Amino acid sequence: MLNNAITDLLTKMADDELIMGHRNSEWTGLGPVMEEDIAFSSMAQDKIGHSWALYRIIEENLGGSQADIFAFCRPENEYKCCHLVEYPNAGYDFSLMRHFLFDQAEAVRYESMLESSFEPLQQLSRKVKGELKYHTLHANAWVMQLSKAGEESYDRMQTALNEIIALAAGIFEPGKANEQVLIDAKVYPGEKELYSRWLDRIYPVLVKASLNLPPLESITPAYGGRTGQHTPYLAPLLKEMGEVFNLDTAANW
Amino acid sequence: MSLDPRVNRLKLGDPGAVIKVEEGENWNVYEVFHQEKRGAHHEHVGCVHAPDPQLALIFAKEQFARRKKCVNLWVVKSADILAFDVEDEDMFANNLEKTYRDASGFKVMEKINKFKQSSKGTTDVK
Repeated sequence: MLNNAITDLLTKMADDELIMGHRNSEWTGLGPVMEEDIAFSSMAQDKIGHSWALYRIIEENLGGSQADIFAFCRPENEYKCCHLVEYPNAGYDFSLMRHFLFDQAEAVRYESMLESSFEPLQQLSRKVKGELKYHTLHANAWVMQLSKAGEESYDRMQTALNEIIALAAGIFEPGKANEQVLIDAKVYPGEKELYSRWLDRIYPVLVKASLNLPPLESITPAYGGRTGQHTPYLAPLLKEMGEVFNLDTAANW
Repeated sequence: MSLDPRVNRLKLGDPGAVIKVEEGENWNVYEVFHQEKRGAHHEHVGCVHAPDPQLALIFAKEQFARRKKCVNLWVVKSADILAFDVEDEDMFANNLEKTYRDASGFKVMEKINKFKQSSKGTTDVK
């Protein structure tokens, strides 16, 4: 029962990281300046690394299937990523705002797991701490920079925030019965608590950047991803991502 | 107006007009210094383009410190570095003739070794 709940949680986290990493890697070679191209690509790789680590925990500690097979060979409705990570890249404003909201959420989640009763998760949280510190530093700096770089730039950042906030709130989709099991077992503090910690984290940065957080009562969080209901953007992404792997799933690399 | 369409595409505008550069529009070059371990010298490793020092540091981290061991980085705006002119190279021309200034002429190793020998076993030198 508990192991099933942990597998469920780790799958959500890992799928988020895998799809976000893949999306962000689509900027490689197209970034606005070379320095940023390198930084953004490198962070995208980190995300895929995090997903790999989580899939490995599922495989080794929870009796799941082999990490690569699990990552690439599930039908679409067995993926548990949130809608936020599925959306195709639009402009760099969109991607940066998503990076900011997603990575802050990721940081809050891993930090809460530094005290997890599930040992492998505790270890992984310690391992990724430094990387996430850099990711959020990078995201914060860009949000600040672009919000203060003239009217057009500011407007675009505000528009991106308005468009993405409901998607980002969907990261914290309630996990129903499983979630309560995890909270009771002190694996992690639960989605509601993480959502409020996340807001505490993003709010000061947005204030400093003079961006307005849309009233949260007015938004409808984009739920559904955690139960396998996805946007039309996920299926083509999975097809492309698994294209080489699926030529021969048993190949040795 | 130029007759060359390529020039017109540049939208250069009126040649007499004052060019206004917005804050942050022109990026600066920052020199990057890498520190391999605590207490070690920061060594120059290259440069990055960035709109401000904060982002320069952020770019430098992935550009110069994502593989090699690193504990800290410095960034300095290239324009803030004062250097001699190339023509002033002659100031250094006679350096090679002043080897009498090198410390290599002093024979001290013998004394140091002797001291080490004599202190061995008597005090716990760490």
